[in-house]
Amino acid sequence: MKSLRELTLLKLKETTMKRRRLSKKEVEHTAWLAHIELSEKEKTLFTEQFNDILNYFKKIDEVNTEDAQPTYHVLDLTNIYREDEETPSLPAEEALKNVPKKEKKFLKAPRIV
Amino acid sequence: MTKLHALTAKEIVEKIRSKEATAEDCILSVFERMRKVEDRVHAFVTLVEEEALRRAREIDDKVSKGKPLGRLAGVAIAVKDTICTKGIRTTCSSRMLENFVPPYDATVIERVKGEDGIIIGKTNMDEFAMGSSTETSYFGPTHNPWDLSRVPGGSSGGSAVAIATDEATLAFGSDTGGSVRCPASYCSVVGIKPTYGLVSRYGLIAYANSLEQIGPMAKDVYDCALFLSVIAGHDPRDSTSVKAAPKDCTEFLRNSVEGFKIGVPKEFFGEGTSGDVEKQVWMGIHKLEELGASCEETSLPSLDYALATYYIVAMSEASSNLARYDGLRYGYRIDRDDGDWSTVYSKNRRIGFGAEVRRRIILGTYALSAGYYDKYYLKALKIRTLIRRDFEDTFKKFNVLIGPTMPIPPFKIGEKIQDPLALYMCDVDTVSTNLAGLPAISVPCGFTDGLPIGMQIIAPPLREDLMLQVAYTFEQNTPYKNRKPPLK
Repeated sequence: MKSLRELTLLKLKETTMKRRRLSKKEVEHTAWLAHIELSEKEKTLFTEQFNDILNYFKKIDEVNTEDAQPTYHVLDLTNIYREDEETPSLPAEEALKNVPKKEKKFLKAPRIV
Repeated sequence: MTKLHALTAKEIVEKIRSKEATAEDCILSVFERMRKVEDRVHAFVTLVEEEALRRAREIDDKVSKGKPLGRLAGVAIAVKDTICTKGIRTTCSSRMLENFVPPYDATVIERVKGEDGIIIGKTNMDEFAMGSSTETSYFGPTHNPWDLSRVPGGSSGGSAVAIATDEATLAFGSDTGGSVRCPASYCSVVGIKPTYGLVSRYGLIAYANSLEQIGPMAKDVYDCALFLSVIAGHDPRDSTSVKAAPKDCTEFLRNSVEGFKIGVPKEFFGEGTSGDVEKQVWMGIHKLEELGASCEETSLPSLDYALATYYIVAMSEASSNLARYDGLRYGYRIDRDDGDWSTVYSKNRRIGFGAEVRRRIILGTYALSAGYYDKYYLKALKIRTLIRRDFEDTFKKFNVLIGPTMPIPPFKIGEKIQDPLALYMCDVDTVSTNLAGLPAISVPCGFTDGLPIGMQIIAPPLREDLMLQVAYTFEQNTPYKNRKPPLK
C-alpha cells in the first residue's frame, strides 16, 4: 500500500510538474518580516519545504467560495466588554520577574535607532 | 490489591472520602510509579513532588476534620506545559520559555485546585504545540509506552503517556488541530476536545486562538466527563468564553445508544488510511449498531480541503501570536546586544525557537503578507465557512459522526520528522472539528500489532452529552479499556 506521503507526492507531480512557487529570496524577505534570522543552509532547506507545502495548499484554489463569507472564529460573539473598573494588578517586581535584562523597574531594550 | 496509581479519579476520590486511603498515599504512589517508568518514556518536563505532597497533606487534614471535599480530592493531575501554573516553570517545551515562571494560574488550574485536585508536574509536548509526535520538544522526544521506539502522538504526548503509564490520574492537554485526540488515540487513553469556547483559554499560551481548546485526558470516559465538568464554564477573562450553564457531564453517561443516528463520513477513510485502522474502526461502528444505533455512510465534500485550510489558518494565527516573543519582557535573549533592535529580535527568535516553530511563523507571515492574503488566508477562512455548513447540514440527519482519530497507527520516532508535510498529513481526520468549533472525543477501539487505534466521535456544538453517551456505551461494551501497555 502506498503511504499518505507517496500518494500526495504523486498527486503533486501530476498537477504542478514541480513548478516553484516561492524563491529563496522571498523566503529571506518573509523571514526578515517575521524577525527570524536564518542560516544559509536553512534558507535552502526552508525554500524547498515551503514549496512542498505551498504546492499542497494549492488544492484550495479549486474550491468555489463565491457565496461564502469568511469565518474568523466560530462563535456568534462580537465586542465583549466589561465594566471599566479598577482591579488589583501585579506588583512591578513580580511583573518584571521574567525579564532577561532589566535595571531597577525598567526592562532594557536593544538599540532602537 | 490494585496499586493506588492504577486507579481512576472516581475510585481515588471515593477511597479518600471513605478514608480507605489518604491523599498522601495516592500522591506517593504516583511518584513511586514515575521513578519506575519515567526514564523510559520521558512524559514530564518539570515535576513538583514536594508541593504536591504538601497539598495532599492539606487534603488529608480536611478529611480528618470532616470538612467538605472537592470533586477531584487527592487526584494527581499532570498539566501540559503550555498551560500557565503560578510559580511552576511553564516552557511550552521551547528554549524560548525555558526559564519562564508564570506569575498567575490559568483559569483551568484555579478550577482544579478549587476542587482539591493536585498538580504533580508539567508534561512534555511538541514545541508551542506545533506537531503531532512530541518530537519537536526542546527537551527531547516522549516515547510511546506501547512501543518505546514509536511516537506517542502529539502535541499533548507527555500528557497521554502520563495517563497510559499511570504516572498521572488526569492530565490536561490542548487541542488546536488534534493535539488531545491524536496522542489519546496513540496511547489508548480517552481525550476530549470540547466545543470552542466551553473551556476558558485564559492562561493557555496561545498558538492559534480561533482553533484551540484545553481538553481533558483520562483513563476512561467517566473520568474525562468528571474532569470536563470541573474545567468547563464561563470565564470573563476569556472574551471567547461561551455563557453555558455549568453541567455535571457524568450524568450523560448512560449505557445505551438505542435510537442514536450515527453518520460515517467517507472522507474520514480517504486515501492513505491504513487498512488496519479502517477495519478496526468499522468493527467499532458495527458494535454500536449491535447495541441499537443506526449507522449510515455519509459525505461532507468540503472535508477534502480541511487539512490545507487548517494549516493556512493555524500558521497565520501563529505568526501573529508568536510575534510577542522578542526576548524583552520574558523568553530567550542573547547575551550581547550586537546591532539594532531588529537584529537582536531576529537572533533571539532564531535561537529561542526550534525549526518547526520558525517554519510555521514564516509561512504564516507569508500567507498574511501583501499580495497573498486573499489567495491563502482569506480563501481558507471562506472554506472554513463551507466546512461549518457541511457539518451543520449533516447534523440535521445524525446525532454524532464517527471515524478514525488517526489515519495510521503510531509511527517510529524519527520516521517523519525531516518531512514536515508528511507529518501534517497525519492530522487529516482531526482538524475539521477545530475549524468548525465542534466537540470531539477519541476513545480506544482496538489494536494492530500491539499498537493502539482510536475512534473519534464528533457532536454538534455544545452537545458533549451525545458524544459522551456514545463513547461511554462503546467503552462499557468493549474490552480495550482494561489493556495496559507492556511497561513494568
